[in-house]
Amino acid sequence: MSDKTMTADEAVSRLESGMTLGIGGWGSRRKPMALVRALLRSGIGDLTIVSYGGPDVGMLAAAGRIRKLVAGFVTLDSIPLEPHYRAARESGAFELTEVDEGMFLWGLRAAANRLPFLPVRAGIGSDVMRVNPGLRTVTSPYEDGETFVAMPALRLDAALVHVNRADRLGNGQYLGPDPYFDDLFCEAADAAYVSCERIVDTAELTKEAAPQTLLVKRHTVTGVVEAPNGAHFTSCAPDYGRDEGLQKEYASTPWPRFAERFLDGDEQGYQAAVRDWRREQGR
Amino acid sequence: MSVTRAEYCVIACAETWRGAGEILASPMGLIPSLGARLARLTFAPDLLLTDGEATLVRPDGTPEGWLPYRQHLALVAGGRRHVMMGASQIDRFGNQNISCVGDWARPRRQLLGVRGATLNTLNNPTSYWVPRHSRRVFVEQVDMVCGVGYDRAARHPDTARYHHIARVVSDLGVFDFATPDHTMRLASLHPGVGVERVREATDFALVVPQDVPYTREPTAKELRLIREVLDPGGARAREVPEAVSG
Repeated sequence: MSDKTMTADEAVSRLESGMTLGIGGWGSRRKPMALVRALLRSGIGDLTIVSYGGPDVGMLAAAGRIRKLVAGFVTLDSIPLEPHYRAARESGAFELTEVDEGMFLWGLRAAANRLPFLPVRAGIGSDVMRVNPGLRTVTSPYEDGETFVAMPALRLDAALVHVNRADRLGNGQYLGPDPYFDDLFCEAADAAYVSCERIVDTAELTKEAAPQTLLVKRHTVTGVVEAPNGAHFTSCAPDYGRDEGLQKEYASTPWPRFAERFLDGDEQGYQAAVRDWRREQGR
Repeated sequence: MSVTRAEYCVIACAETWRGAGEILASPMGLIPSLGARLARLTFAPDLLLTDGEATLVRPDGTPEGWLPYRQHLALVAGGRRHVMMGASQIDRFGNQNISCVGDWARPRRQLLGVRGATLNTLNNPTSYWVPRHSRRVFVEQVDMVCGVGYDRAARHPDTARYHHIARVVSDLGVFDFATPDHTMRLASLHPGVGVERVREATDFALVVPQDVPYTREPTAKELRLIREVLDPGGARAREVPEAVSG
């Protein structure tokens, strides 16, 4: 069986400009930020991003890498409105496919199930239909005759997710309260790159945790990246909570200054810059 | 100590879940959360509540179930839930906007996004909470319809078969849609608020019945629960400060 371990930069080197990328997590929770940081270091842009959006979207938007976003929201949770996303939207920086959270989920399911669409009782009557003129409806062929949105499959060229543990083969484990939709993102994608806090032996995964924590299956995974603190500054329960201090710094600092201070170097440079910043705050 | 405006708001929010039975109460915002927990502790003991993340908890915090987002969204589709959402804008038919202000293509102010508002309004009972009643919120027309209102639901009778907007609670009063054409009606005023004050803060013509009751008084037990158990730190007064009456 193949060892799928690689570095974040190697994972990103397999991506190309113009691709459709799904990003796991939810809001400012368990986002694959080390992979996003690697993406920011690369020259890759012109992306279609599919995400329950948080700072992943904010950073890629601020860096001008997004051509089109598919999302129902973008938020930092403890800071409800993502400032860089806001700025990008208010300057018309990219195209938006704004869909309901439920439609988004049904779209991922359709993609994972190799269906062109799935019917969902959402969207109809709202302006989601107005702002997505391409959306079609479908009528039940049974006697109820109800009309639904035919949510098109959200098929992805690649998925990026972050979990607590993984083995070298790509079996990914979450240990926090919510799996979010990371398994679905991987199933909906042609290639999936899973970063994790720690790579462990397969047997280690279920030593202290139940098998149902094994969220991501290796047959859906292309690459495994060990990235300690790889969701930072978003939360990665139970390994760590959200770094509210740094998130606040991110939200209140002009993007070029934040990027220069924290994102100009590699991942180790980022983690070192965070340590320096924290020391400064402590003074 | 007399009852504060924030406490009337908690009571008005709690009433949203009276008689709801064994369903999930999904309050968004502090005062709706206090209301849901108050209802659970008093007149709606069968309600299910979450810890705000993926765990269903009893009032003392004891976990009693698991509800990650994937199951939460499935639960919405199944209808066994009454959500109380916020509203950046709401119109007379209960169309709600939390997405953006201005032209959607290039908004003047980008807000949260549509979130789950369409799934919510088409599948389970929905109410709204507005901590600061103003003409900027209670508008003639919302800029982006997220939560579906009664006029639009009426155009899709089959898809909207489960549509029900129960009430809107603001810092001034309680509003419902119990009118022949489902336009918003003033259902009760919080004590200390007059009809004129509400009219001035509402950009559309509100239906105002001849006699408008006041939002009910909390019982002694409810007041004790709010002040000593649910919100001893008094955070509710930060969401709804004591207003000048009028």
